Amino acid sequence: MIEFDDVAVRYPRSTMSALGGVTLAASRGLLTAIVGPNGSGKSTLVRALIGRIPLERGEIRVDGLATTGLSRAELARRVAVITQREELAFPLLVSEYVALGRFPHLGIWHAAEANDQRAIDASIDAAGVAALRERRIDALSGGEWQRVRLARALAQGGDVLVLDEPTTFLDIGHEMSVFELLHGLARTGKAVLLISHQLNLVARFADQLVLLHRGAVAAAGPPNSVMRAEILERVYEWPLVVSRDPAVGAPTLVPLRRR
Amino acid sequence: MSAARWLGLVIVLVAASLLAVAVGTVSIPIPALWNALRRVGDTMPIMVVWTLRIPRVALAILVGAGLGMSGAALQGTMRNPLAEPYLLGVSGGAAVGAVLGLALGLGVALLPLAAFAGAVIAVVIAFFVAHAAGARGDPRVLLMAGVVVGAFANAAIMVVMANAEPNTIRNALWWMMGSVGDATWGQIANLAGYVLLGGGALIVVGRQIDVLALGEDAAAGLGLDVDAAIRRVFLIASLLAAATVSAAGLVGFVGLVVPHLVRAAGVRKHRELLVGSAITGATLVVLADLLGRVLRPPGEMPLGAVTALIGVPFFLVKLRRLV
Repeated sequence: MIEFDDVAVRYPRSTMSALGGVTLAASRGLLTAIVGPNGSGKSTLVRALIGRIPLERGEIRVDGLATTGLSRAELARRVAVITQREELAFPLLVSEYVALGRFPHLGIWHAAEANDQRAIDASIDAAGVAALRERRIDALSGGEWQRVRLARALAQGGDVLVLDEPTTFLDIGHEMSVFELLHGLARTGKAVLLISHQLNLVARFADQLVLLHRGAVAAAGPPNSVMRAEILERVYEWPLVVSRDPAVGAPTLVPLRRR
Repeated sequence: MSAARWLGLVIVLVAASLLAVAVGTVSIPIPALWNALRRVGDTMPIMVVWTLRIPRVALAILVGAGLGMSGAALQGTMRNPLAEPYLLGVSGGAAVGAVLGLALGLGVALLPLAAFAGAVIAVVIAFFVAHAAGARGDPRVLLMAGVVVGAFANAAIMVVMANAEPNTIRNALWWMMGSVGDATWGQIANLAGYVLLGGGALIVVGRQIDVLALGEDAAAGLGLDVDAAIRRVFLIASLLAAATVSAAGLVGFVGLVVPHLVRAAGVRKHRELLVGSAITGATLVVLADLLGRVLRPPGEMPLGAVTALIGVPFFLVKLRRLV
């Protein structure tokens, strides 16, 4: 379980807080989604989690332990993060790339052992990329690349998975397969925290939604309670209606033309 | 990379070294070379081999190994296929440090430290310039900053030259052209220490360079203290480059070309890449020095000029792919 408790963050040389005291939690077995307009602070949460920006106030806890009390490697063994953008300067093979997920366990001194290889194999299977093992990263399609990144995150071995917009630039089929995969991972007992712009898909797959607005939580709860027209219109500053999708009856947002 | 390929790399280095020992103004046929290596027979070939050629080749090997590893580490850490100590201004800063150290009368053992100080100052300035331009992450901006710092270093050396005694001028010119011609065993032992220490340290942190090559955020997500790791690699790579500069002057483009050659052979992880770059860099500098000796006998072309002639076209091809 991962908890953000009253987390406030301010970027250097900025007068406004990027996060003004955000409290949210993602539990094991659930897919929790963070949504919100551009600049609402979604990615800042991730940057705060991986220590790229200091907390002004509050605390991030993993399984009840404050991240400030964990070493960087300990944190990475518990929480795997897939950041928004990642472009390799020099291509690796898929198997080599996934193996880097064991870095928090190996550091610079330990040699990889049998259990490391098992973790790598298992995560490659779980992400469904076994056929890509010997391919070079720069020869992958967008959908394959996202799955391979997921495999690397799984190889870290933690129970918490944090993903920042993993389906950007993916077509419908690849996007759905990533959502299915994340949903399945949550059902195996992982805490999956997903940042996404895909409100309609998130409304179908997520167990919990957290809507961020200007660095604060505007609404949180099951999709039905957050996906409400009056809330979303205010946050996205755009006229819209929320209906039910004809396939499964999940709440669906339809943006309107502005008159 | 397969064991056979590693063996191949080593064999090519040994062959290049033997060739460089045998060929020169006075060429030594193989039987005579064999005798001279064992210090048997005529004194003339023994003297040429042991006091001129072998020290020269040994220094070339160390310079190439140091520059190759420095380049491989910088490219991976900066995620920049064009990074290398010469283009980043590291070598230029080191040359200024070395020239000043020489003027202050520092000995062979301490000269690399003066060069190191110059190299670190150059790196800091290059980073500062790139940062001020608001694009620390853009490989091209940092490279431009490095080139500017390098040009400034050259100007600084020229200023020293303009007011110096003829002997100092000759020395300073030598720094700027790069040469392994006047190799001494003391120099070699000294540089060997720096290359083993610095190269060894880079190989130890090789896995961190693998992680850094993924990008700063991804590396942080894998539990790496990114800023500290980058600083560490930069310091070690600068020390290596500075040690080669203080022993052989400015030898450019080796650190650029070599890691790409090794990657093209199928090496991707940095520990292997560093070892491969050491061997290949050594081979390249030995051959470049040989080329400089045989192209226009009895005169010599400066080593730095030969490596630049090889490196600049290579740089242009890589730059085209990057832009």
